[in-house]
Amino acid sequence: MIRVVLPAHLRLLAKVGGEVEVAVEGRATIASVLDAMETQYPMLRGTIRDHVTHQRRPFVRFFCCEEDWSHEPADTPLPEAVASGKEPLLLVGAIAGG
Amino acid sequence: MSQVRVLVGTKKGAFTLTADGKRDKWEVSGPHFAGWEIYHVKGSPADPNRLYASQSSGWFGQLIQRSNDGGKTWEPMDNKFVYDGIPGTHQWYDGTPHPWEFKRVWHVEPSLSDPDTVYAGVEDAAIFRTTDGAKSWQELSGLRGHGSGPRWQPGAGGMCLHTIILDPSDPRRIYIAISAAGAFRTDDGGITWRPINQGLRSEHIPDPTAEVGHCVHHIAMHPSRPGVLFMQKHWDVMRSDNAGDLWREVSGNLPTDFGFVIDVHAHEPDTVYVVPIKSDAERYPPEGKLRVYRSRSGGEEWEPLSKGLPQGDCYVNVFRDAMAVDSLDSCGVYFGTTGGQVYASPDGGDSWAPIVRDLPAVLSVEVQTLA
Repeated sequence: MIRVVLPAHLRLLAKVGGEVEVAVEGRATIASVLDAMETQYPMLRGTIRDHVTHQRRPFVRFFCCEEDWSHEPADTPLPEAVASGKEPLLLVGAIAGG
Repeated sequence: MSQVRVLVGTKKGAFTLTADGKRDKWEVSGPHFAGWEIYHVKGSPADPNRLYASQSSGWFGQLIQRSNDGGKTWEPMDNKFVYDGIPGTHQWYDGTPHPWEFKRVWHVEPSLSDPDTVYAGVEDAAIFRTTDGAKSWQELSGLRGHGSGPRWQPGAGGMCLHTIILDPSDPRRIYIAISAAGAFRTDDGGITWRPINQGLRSEHIPDPTAEVGHCVHHIAMHPSRPGVLFMQKHWDVMRSDNAGDLWREVSGNLPTDFGFVIDVHAHEPDTVYVVPIKSDAERYPPEGKLRVYRSRSGGEEWEPLSKGLPQGDCYVNVFRDAMAVDSLDSCGVYFGTTGGQVYASPDGGDSWAPIVRDLPAVLSVEVQTLA
């Protein structure tokens, strides 16, 4: 299982607390994890990435093992620590706005 | 006993304010969707417990929420607003072509007869419709495909379709308004549209009487007289007696004819309300005095209504979708401000009192009159 930490607003929207766990078929990548997340929590569709282009929303960033994965190609295999569930994938909303 | 439910959208959540027919004691519920911008909440005339809300944020985009129990519980619905075909370009602020990009839903307008049918006005300007209770949305692309789209331009708030008016006498006729393109009408249920801006004059655009390009802020109609429209343009209060085919100015003796809201009394089709704002450079009431102006003659002659409203040091604005009327025998009038106050008048505007004073900036106000 892949562990994912969502921003507070999306945890409320998905009605989950703390981390969520998703099962990914095949290789764990940003794209496959988000596919699984959006299947498990359909209300998250469009909130992390665009419905059609799947482009990451500008105020959302991805972090794995203390490294910024926001600009990695979405089909890049995630680090083994994330793929194995040892470390979570962090989805972080920008600390900005009024 | 009658009840009214005021639906308030703010910069940081939605609130519902309820009272009995006296409208002197209010219960406040909220914030719903705390921390999110709620551009608009509106109930279905066919099923008052069915509510739709537009929820958005700069971080996580657009959501649509639906309630089947009058706002007690909510369910996120489809939020996929995809333009039909290749969207093309409109004008950017500097006049250069800019691609159409979906940003948010400004206004939701439930059908007059079917709780599952709703129209949504969006930025960048387009109109969408659902016929399955917001499980899916389809664009009525004849509007954007009218041909004038490349000449539409955003106002300061973005290029938004903010007003949708359904004609109760003809389900095929719909009016919409866009900042800054102008007003449009369909007579065939949304397949084809035409601009209805003749008679408007906007000095700040290259051709002041152009077919499109006018910054229309809001339009109001009385359901008993659907061919008569009242418009608050960027500057100028306007009236049309022929379904928008021709407009004439009715600003009359208003202290300033800049403003955003406009609405019509529930039982008197010639009684109209506006909130004059000093200017587009100084977006607050003249002299720091918050006054609603009422015309009982369909425009031209206006009287200030100030009883109960702050008459000094008041520098709030009232946004375009932030005024509504109830349909009780003594018509209630409501409006919300950027300062977070929602004012109510249970006597058609003669006197006012705040229902709440300290909400986040109010983006929209709607009211339901419940049996």
